[in-house]
Amino acid sequence: MKITVNGVSVETDATTLAQLLVEHGKAEAKIATAVNEAFVPAIARETHSLADGDRVEIVAPRQGG
Amino acid sequence: MRKFYGVELSSPLMLGTSQYPSPAVLAEAFRRSGASVATVSVRREAGGDTAGQDFWALIENLGVAILPNTAGCHSVKEAVTTAHMARELFDTKWIKLEVIGHSDSLQPDPFNTLEAARILCADGFEVFPYCTEDLVLCERLVEAGCEVLMPWGAPFGTGLGLNNFFGLRALRAQFPDIPLVIDAGLGVPSQAAHAMELGYDAVLLNKAVAKAGDPAARAAASGKAGEAGRLAHSADPREPRDMAAPSTPALGQAIL
Repeated sequence: MKITVNGVSVETDATTLAQLLVEHGKAEAKIATAVNEAFVPAIARETHSLADGDRVEIVAPRQGG
Repeated sequence: MRKFYGVELSSPLMLGTSQYPSPAVLAEAFRRSGASVATVSVRREAGGDTAGQDFWALIENLGVAILPNTAGCHSVKEAVTTAHMARELFDTKWIKLEVIGHSDSLQPDPFNTLEAARILCADGFEVFPYCTEDLVLCERLVEAGCEVLMPWGAPFGTGLGLNNFFGLRALRAQFPDIPLVIDAGLGVPSQAAHAMELGYDAVLLNKAVAKAGDPAARAAASGKAGEAGRLAHSADPREPRDMAAPSTPALGQAIL
């Protein structure tokens, strides 16, 4: 399945958002997620299914003003 | 002292965390200034990138309150989604709501800011809206549930100070119970002191500090300026007058 992660097109075997985060080494990281412009809370990652063409955003704390 | 959603700040200085020469300099700026709040953002992190994790390790050791922002958002949807991600990421209800309406001045979009504020306040967020000194907008934001207002002094990064002194003074008078923070446009420390002398409750600086030759010294100067302004305001300063008033008494002066 082909999806977009942080604007980059990727092939993935993950069927859930939680599996995708494992693939990307972010399962334990301090991050937040959105799929198709909608926030997905951490508690829902295990059950959030991914579909071909999904647009996933993974964000972390960063510098800000 | 006015509280920020029930929180009393130890210092009226809020510092941004962006564009410092190094993480060590950032930490030193907080240490020397005594700043009470750090503003942060959420940005993409994927693959082997751990910059965000490293940044968080630095920030959580500062021992200050965290105020995440929605910087870069132009639409209500972007801002609301970003706020939700920030709430989970930083485990705080506080959100500095920025919804930009003009790309050159980075002036807030008053209509989208208000709509986003309504949504976020209803959802339990404690919203710090970046706004202008427009009295009507600010009144609507307060009606929406905002218990803090963050008007700009001048556009972000300009260092022009309090561009509309009279408007900002009117805003202070209009909302005597609402904590007010000058969010943008402050340059030299005297401008921060000026804002505090007006009765403002805090000032937020970033580039003025981070881009100085010695950011930690610059931050310390702003911390002292903010405190000086706050103390001066609390001392109920004497009103200015047009004509001179001698300090030394005429009584007892020798006739020569």
